[in-house]
Amino acid sequence: MKLIRELSIVLAISFAGELLHRFFISAIPGSVIGMLLLFGALCMGILDVKEIETTSEFLLKHLAFFFVPAAVGLITCLGIISSNLIGILGVLVISSVVVIITTGFTVQILKRMMKNG
Amino acid sequence: MDSLMSSPIFGVMLSAIAFEIGNILYNKTKVSLFNPLLISQVLIIAILSKFKISFNDYNMGGQIISFFLIPSTVILAVPLYKKIKLLKAYSIPIIGGIAAGSISGIVSIILLSKLFHLDKVLLSSLVPKSVTTPIGMEISKQIGGIPAVTVASIVATGIIGSVIAPYICKMFKITDEIAVGIAIGTSSHAIGTAKALEIGEVEGAMSGLAIGVAGLVTVFAAPLIIRLCQALSIL
Repeated sequence: MKLIRELSIVLAISFAGELLHRFFISAIPGSVIGMLLLFGALCMGILDVKEIETTSEFLLKHLAFFFVPAAVGLITCLGIISSNLIGILGVLVISSVVVIITTGFTVQILKRMMKNG
Repeated sequence: MDSLMSSPIFGVMLSAIAFEIGNILYNKTKVSLFNPLLISQVLIIAILSKFKISFNDYNMGGQIISFFLIPSTVILAVPLYKKIKLLKAYSIPIIGGIAAGSISGIVSIILLSKLFHLDKVLLSSLVPKSVTTPIGMEISKQIGGIPAVTVASIVATGIIGSVIAPYICKMFKITDEIAVGIAIGTSSHAIGTAKALEIGEVEGAMSGLAIGVAGLVTVFAAPLIIRLCQALSIL
């Protein structure tokens, strides 16, 4: 029975996020609003992590599996990708290098500034 | 025959079997290229093409699995909350690093796409490639990309990041544990986090934290940067 209660909590928060997305904040995805709502509820102590533990472990552990149908959706756009394959790979690899270097340097510099300041 | 393949059981079963094959292959070899998600993607696409089964038939079951992406994104608040102490102690370097990384990512994708002559739909599909899939798909829809292309680029980016990040960090003297973790998480989300966990505990925790924050930064920054580029007539 605990699982049903956990699911009810998580789905109610997800639905609240969807509702806010539809009627108030269309710029942010409903699932992201739901994530902020849950984060807020945890921080304010309205909800304890233990109350949704089984569900959260299940979802996080199998995250990759839930992406399978979305990844298979590639089949609907194989044409576009294969005709731009080199360009796409170029963008993906070079921008990954840019992100890793920018992020790493920024963290190190700001951390050093914190120590010295 | 047609009605059998469009039964939801078919899509769910095929997904489960393909992913399990990917799991076994990865666990046996530990080669990062044998990512279970990548393996199942390739296997299922091969089977659908070979037996001329339509994506819509497969997706009758597929959408049942996809449903779980919504609560999964919501639940990302849990690991974020569990690491709130680390986040509070180093909030400025962490948030500063993720913001700088995410923004440099979006800008570099736009410029590189121009350089490689990719069209606008493709460019928009690649912009959210560094964030976790459910958030990336939503951003892609909002800025006029093709979610399926976005998902493919997100998976590819995760694999690329987990392969090259350790070398890039070493080459550019990014040695601080927090910096390494945040860099991996910001560039290659959950797939990169698996690699960061192998490197160390702090790296793994920080990478996990970066998934959520980078997602949020990109949700806000991507539409703004695209609008800015349009105003400057770069797009």
